Amino acid sequence: MSDMGRLERFLRTDPRDVGCDEAMAVLHVYVDLVAAGQDAAARYPGVAAHLDGCGPCGEDFTGLLLAVTGG
Amino acid sequence: MERASRPAEDLDEDSSVWLRRLGGGDRQAAERDLHARLVRIARAEVRRRAVSTPVTGPELDDIAYQAAADAMLAILAKLGDFRGESRFTTWAYRFVVLEVSAKLGRHYWRNPPVVLDAGQWERLPDRFGLDPERHAQAAGILAEVRRVVDEELTSHQRRVFTAIVVDGVPLDALAAELGVRRNAIYKVIFDARRKIRRALAANGYLEEPGMEQR
Repeated sequence: MSDMGRLERFLRTDPRDVGCDEAMAVLHVYVDLVAAGQDAAARYPGVAAHLDGCGPCGEDFTGLLLAVTGG
Repeated sequence: MERASRPAEDLDEDSSVWLRRLGGGDRQAAERDLHARLVRIARAEVRRRAVSTPVTGPELDDIAYQAAADAMLAILAKLGDFRGESRFTTWAYRFVVLEVSAKLGRHYWRNPPVVLDAGQWERLPDRFGLDPERHAQAAGILAEVRRVVDEELTSHQRRVFTAIVVDGVPLDALAAELGVRRNAIYKVIFDARRKIRRALAANGYLEEPGMEQR
């Protein structure tokens, strides 16, 4: 059977998604919360939704988190 | 808008030291220390992203050094904007990570694996793991996706969707080529995803329209 999962995930959009500009504007704050083990997604649900749906912003999040955690 | 709201008086000791050094007599040494960190982070970041870019070899190192230099200038220019919402280093490192993204996007076009407007629709099934040869449903889904793109998107939206989703051009590369912000490209794709999902749901390929109303 064909795998609909990848297409379904691609087409799924979240109305809380704040977009790239807003997410990147608070990325440093979001990353500090994650690095400190706090629930950043609860504080910034729209940013979490965006990072989940936007590949490039998700990459920037991963890169910054690695930079501050020395990973 | 989801705003950061941490008051400046909560500044951690490390951040306070950085600000004192960068604003005082130790400025040159502080700038050297910060630049060295930015170079280290930029080099690690281009290596980490090397698998997803056609940029290779010494050009990656060049990008890292350019990104660190440009980030350094931006940080010094915007030092007064730092309000202590995060650690100073996290705020500063964000500049270099974003510079790496932007520069990799621009350098993509020096040796692109696919040209703009290639329209490789035959590769779309592989991108979504669908096999139209074996499953009639997959053929119907792909035909509906194409119909929505052809009939319901504007020419600009169609061009963006084709480049990003069909041809696999990186979003930052397309943004650089079209001279627009990343968010403008993302918004086009976001809206196209909603339209395609609605069409597939209307035709019974998906159960629910999903939580896409915005």
